[in-house]
Amino acid sequence: MKPPVFEYHRPESLREALELLATLSDAKILAGGQSLMPMMNFRYVMPEHIIDINRLKELAEIKRVHDGIKFGAMARHDQAKKSEIVLEHCPLIAVGMEYVAHAQIRNRGTIGGSMAHLDPSAEWPALLAVHDATLHVQSSSGERDVPILEWSQGFMAPNLAEDEMLTDITVATWPARHVYGFAELARRKGDFALAGAAVLLDFDGEVISRAALALMGVEVGPVRMIDAENLLVGERPSDELFREAAEHATVVAGIDDVHASASYRQKVAVVMAKRALEQASNRRKIRTLAA
Amino acid sequence: MTAMHEITVKVNGVDYAREVEGRLTLADFLRHHINLTGTHLGCEHGVCGACTVLVNGKTARGCLMLAVQADEAEITTVEGLAVNGELNDLQQAFMEHHALQCGFCTPGMLMTLTELLQENPHPKEQDVRDAISGNICRCTGYQGIVAAALAVAEQRDC
Repeated sequence: MKPPVFEYHRPESLREALELLATLSDAKILAGGQSLMPMMNFRYVMPEHIIDINRLKELAEIKRVHDGIKFGAMARHDQAKKSEIVLEHCPLIAVGMEYVAHAQIRNRGTIGGSMAHLDPSAEWPALLAVHDATLHVQSSSGERDVPILEWSQGFMAPNLAEDEMLTDITVATWPARHVYGFAELARRKGDFALAGAAVLLDFDGEVISRAALALMGVEVGPVRMIDAENLLVGERPSDELFREAAEHATVVAGIDDVHASASYRQKVAVVMAKRALEQASNRRKIRTLAA
Repeated sequence: MTAMHEITVKVNGVDYAREVEGRLTLADFLRHHINLTGTHLGCEHGVCGACTVLVNGKTARGCLMLAVQADEAEITTVEGLAVNGELNDLQQAFMEHHALQCGFCTPGMLMTLTELLQENPHPKEQDVRDAISGNICRCTGYQGIVAAALAVAEQRDC
């Protein structure tokens, strides 16, 4: 259980990293290492070159930009969990981080690493999906933006060419009055989720004016439940409404594996979607009472 | 022949300069290159938590980090907890509360709880259980470990 032999590179700038990526064959980017290192220890992946981007401070920031919040690819889970910018503008993400593995993993693991690895049960894809995130990708010869729902190209296959690096991700923020919910079922705390749901709701008076609902762990990439969102908008929150919206989760394919069957995951997804909706609604009630 | 990398690492307050292969993990560096075998290796893929050490004050899996990445970093291992050869309060509490049996998971548990008690000096039982959710113990169960951590938090208050 040791990594195979590779050449180690530690670029001092993004430009240098992109040049290495363009010129070296069979190179892998090493971000937080919480997925790549186990895969190398198991020898599932045996790259010839490792490009360690941990010293690239320019990729480690979380900051406000004009249209939202920008996460550098090397922002770590723990950093996102505690970031005042995140807590103020996209608090759902801070809540979601509580569910990412364990403290030791959150101290090292990064948003960019998680999105490049693209485990179906990871929290980041769903959290970014409800925020309509844009992923920024660079290579030595150019750059492009990829909308979150075009990021997954298949099982653990991100929309990323061999010479490209995911450098930052921008999430669109919602009005400060928005509410949110996150629910996930795992066998024990920090384990890979069997299924989960992330929700954002905004209100106009008593009526839901905008809704975003995404599921995780049920398909290879994050799934936005557009039909459920359309059902919610224009309605007042109620148990019946949330039940009906959550039932839309049965349309997902579900992943069938050793941990759970596809049909079980579908059932869990419905329950998680409903719980996330209830959480969001309860947050609003508490806020209204406090006001 | 792969390239060797010169690194300088401060471990438990002592500076070490060594040449390492790129693929050497931090845990193996600690155990085999500077003979600090207190850090244990269980699963070697980031699940069991036995190899947890502090890197610049924050916990990390020693098996999921390369030694070359620790260049210029400060590492604390279980050997760095004792003060002047005496067990520190957390280690003492582990002994008093029967928080270890075979001792294999203990180094990782101690490092994880060291971080918890620094970040959250007044943890509730659930906080302690959440904190050690990434550390697997296969013999005593977790009751004594949780009791030890809560006892230390209370003691430090006095």
